Amino acid sequence: MSATTHPADHAADHHDHKPYGLSRWLFTTNHKDIGTMYLLFGLLMAIVGGFLSLGIRAELFMPGLQILQPETFNSFMTLHGLIMVFGAVMPVFVGFANWLIPMQIGAADMAFPRMNNWSFWLLPPAAILLAGSFFVEGGAIQSGWTLYPPLFTQSGISGDMTILAVHILGASSIMGSINIVTTVLNLRAPGMTLMKLPLFVWTWLITAYLLIAVMPVLAGAVTMLLTDRHFGTSFFNAAGGGDPTMFMHIFWFFGHPEVYIIILPAFGIVSQIIPAFSRKPLFGYASMVYATSSIAILSFIVWGHHMFTVGMPAAGQLFFMYATMLIAVPTGVKVFNWIATMWRGSLTFETPMLWALGFLFMFTMGGFTGLVLAITPVDITLHNSYYVVAHFHYTMVAGASFAIFGGVYFWWPKWTGKMYNESFGKLHFWWTTIGFNLTFFPQHFLGLAGMPRRIPDYALQFAEWNMISSIGAFFLAAGQIFFMITLWLSYKSGAPAKDRQWEGADSLEWTHLPSPVPYHTFETVPVLK
Amino acid sequence: MINKHKNGWARAGRIAKRTLAVAELAMSKLFLLVIGALSLPALAAYDVDIPPPATAIASEIYNLHYYILIVCVVIFVAVFGAMFYSIFKFRKSQGAKPDVNFHESTLIEIIWTVIPFIILIAMAIPATSTILAMKDSSNPDLTIKVVGYQWGWQYEYQQDGVSFYSSLATPWAQVGQPGVPATEARGPNYLLEVDNPMVVPVGKKVRLLITSNDVLHGWYVPALGVNQYGIPGFIKDSWFKVEKAGTYKGQCSQICGKLHGFMPITVVAKSPADYDAWVKEAKTKFAIPTADSPAVAPVAVATLVDEPGKKWTLDELKKAGESIYSANCAACHQADGKGNPAMKAKALDGSPIVTGPKAGQIAILLKGRPNTQMGGFDRLSDVELAAVATYSRNSWGNKVGDTVQPADIKSARK
Repeated sequence: MSATTHPADHAADHHDHKPYGLSRWLFTTNHKDIGTMYLLFGLLMAIVGGFLSLGIRAELFMPGLQILQPETFNSFMTLHGLIMVFGAVMPVFVGFANWLIPMQIGAADMAFPRMNNWSFWLLPPAAILLAGSFFVEGGAIQSGWTLYPPLFTQSGISGDMTILAVHILGASSIMGSINIVTTVLNLRAPGMTLMKLPLFVWTWLITAYLLIAVMPVLAGAVTMLLTDRHFGTSFFNAAGGGDPTMFMHIFWFFGHPEVYIIILPAFGIVSQIIPAFSRKPLFGYASMVYATSSIAILSFIVWGHHMFTVGMPAAGQLFFMYATMLIAVPTGVKVFNWIATMWRGSLTFETPMLWALGFLFMFTMGGFTGLVLAITPVDITLHNSYYVVAHFHYTMVAGASFAIFGGVYFWWPKWTGKMYNESFGKLHFWWTTIGFNLTFFPQHFLGLAGMPRRIPDYALQFAEWNMISSIGAFFLAAGQIFFMITLWLSYKSGAPAKDRQWEGADSLEWTHLPSPVPYHTFETVPVLK
Repeated sequence: MINKHKNGWARAGRIAKRTLAVAELAMSKLFLLVIGALSLPALAAYDVDIPPPATAIASEIYNLHYYILIVCVVIFVAVFGAMFYSIFKFRKSQGAKPDVNFHESTLIEIIWTVIPFIILIAMAIPATSTILAMKDSSNPDLTIKVVGYQWGWQYEYQQDGVSFYSSLATPWAQVGQPGVPATEARGPNYLLEVDNPMVVPVGKKVRLLITSNDVLHGWYVPALGVNQYGIPGFIKDSWFKVEKAGTYKGQCSQICGKLHGFMPITVVAKSPADYDAWVKEAKTKFAIPTADSPAVAPVAVATLVDEPGKKWTLDELKKAGESIYSANCAACHQADGKGNPAMKAKALDGSPIVTGPKAGQIAILLKGRPNTQMGGFDRLSDVELAAVATYSRNSWGNKVGDTVQPADIKSARK
């Protein structure tokens, strides 16, 4: 891509003053500041969620109850899920979107900067409600992150805190998504046609539509829970003419697109990294866009595969099985395209590329176990077993989180103007990869052998794999402390980064903007040919 | 091999080397630990497979899983063969030049869309026939109603007039508490043993009608190929036909609250003759009480069978109450009645409610305490509740000296 403006955005130099202190962050409308806050918030929540997961793994290290009471275990397990999904992974991807979308499409900022500020500042109250629910009478909710009634209805005040938190998080996501859709559709630089958008922007555009479609569905579901609890309705209570199964349908109508909300931006990040280190354009750009769209559309008609054991009719099971299997086709296209991008390329293996390859390898393993689980009869024997836990951690951790780590290393030089230590980055990658597989691979075996998920204690035949899994979890967590040290050292004393740190990276933030990027960018709109 | 970054941080580089060395050491330690754990012969279960199937459906599931797994492994090898080939062949350090024109090929893209589609059809065909077979619960030889409770199961053989509860039989002394180690050694069926197993005849089609009394539960026995939610207010069915006599274990598969991990399932499949003998015994032991049912002479443990109008002695009730207490109450209130502050379970020993007027205690037993973990136990029979109330009023330090009779419970239910 060529442009008529000079690579270093000179317009920015004169307007680079910014407010200082707390008010800078509280009142900021700058997409970079807001992106940074989203990323740091996600990191903080990941630490909280990670702490909870270590509590779970510590309890499961040996048979018997040693650390947590069963109800506390259930609270840990539930809040680990809620916090990691809504508090860590989603905000981090919104952070990436804030930082990158304006720069990649040649816009000065997001379309609605004040709403952007508000959608971030809704998050801390929601996080406080969730984390604070541990300290109210009865403790945090114990129903699992799916909030299934009637168990959820039995919760104490923490149930209402969770409902309110989900409402706030949903409002934040909807505002963020409207902002992203409007920005991408209206603020592209002249010449930046839709089919020239970097794939990260495409995946986020589609993700934003998914969020707008399903977040209100979740809000409706939790509102019905609220009225069932306090206002005498019986949406999910058979005694009053309701049906607990209806909650599952509504929840998973949200929940399955949610899975793709989490993974599509990861696809986008990987689609930026692999071509950059292959020094070759992304293979099958158009088919990548179509595949992403197909996945998004299919995600609305597969929710029933979370419910094969509720006793749906054979026709229902067959429909949801076929629809679910169909998702393997566009997902396969994406994997093939990434590999074809590397084919006949000129590969180097800096840290971001290692994460992208780790993603490709292990996310695909999660995809294969997903295919196994799509087969209804096999799912029935594995449903709610540890096999499912292993499956979705391969997609959420080795999928989403590996892409996040790759993205952080990839754009860190652009964001901060500092390089990180490559040896540290690579060590972090291998450390995480080994820790991750040690933790989650044995869980496939536990699930096949019949260990149910969400139990604080287990039969003796499950002891060995659980012990290995717990060792792996602590090893994995230690690696993330090392990650934070690596970034901190770089932030404090890293070598200066080049404007185009990765020679194969060709989106606007690399070709048109210096490192670190100035506070204001593209105040003069670049014109692309 | 790797594009070395020239940033000149000598110090950081030294730290990196040292860290790598430490990490290597830690890794080797970890490796030894893992190897050590893997080679513990005494414990070595290391199950890596679905339990051996005991029904035709479970066998189909088992084979289906292997079929899909093998197809996935073949695809895996092909796809990642290509990835690793690229990684080794197309390295910049090996002088690879990028072929920037190789970024589109309609033919290739059509091929790798169509081939997976065909593979999926090949997977869907056997899966479809298994689904249709699993869903065919017609013409059962025997129907058992399964009701999930927080936290146990009830099995009702309506045609035989038999109904009983099936709860965890592992003593809490084997589980332990946070900060309090287990005082008993764990047996081989730790957490998988129940007081009264479901008993079924071999070679007969057993249809299950599954529901729940309170929250969602999951009746899950992998060897039988059954995993079905119990949904309060709705009855869902499933079925199995066991081919070989034996004992099959499972657990509740859907989170149902505090003791979700402590509601195992045991199914004992017996030869038809042995099954008939069991039914005969169960008819006295687990008879469903009806208004006009004849009084049945209670057998040793089964002081739980009500005899309308009978006045029970304190000793009879207390003796029966002990086993009911340990099955239903001891998990929270503890065997010694001291309660468990960490669980917010109150002490029953010395409790003003337990030692106070009968009516107050009976009300809590039936309805529970709202917004606490103490649920109502109105599912227990009149005589069972009478027994457990009498037991708690006259055990440990409690010496009330009176009895609670089934009639007291009966009138309190209204």
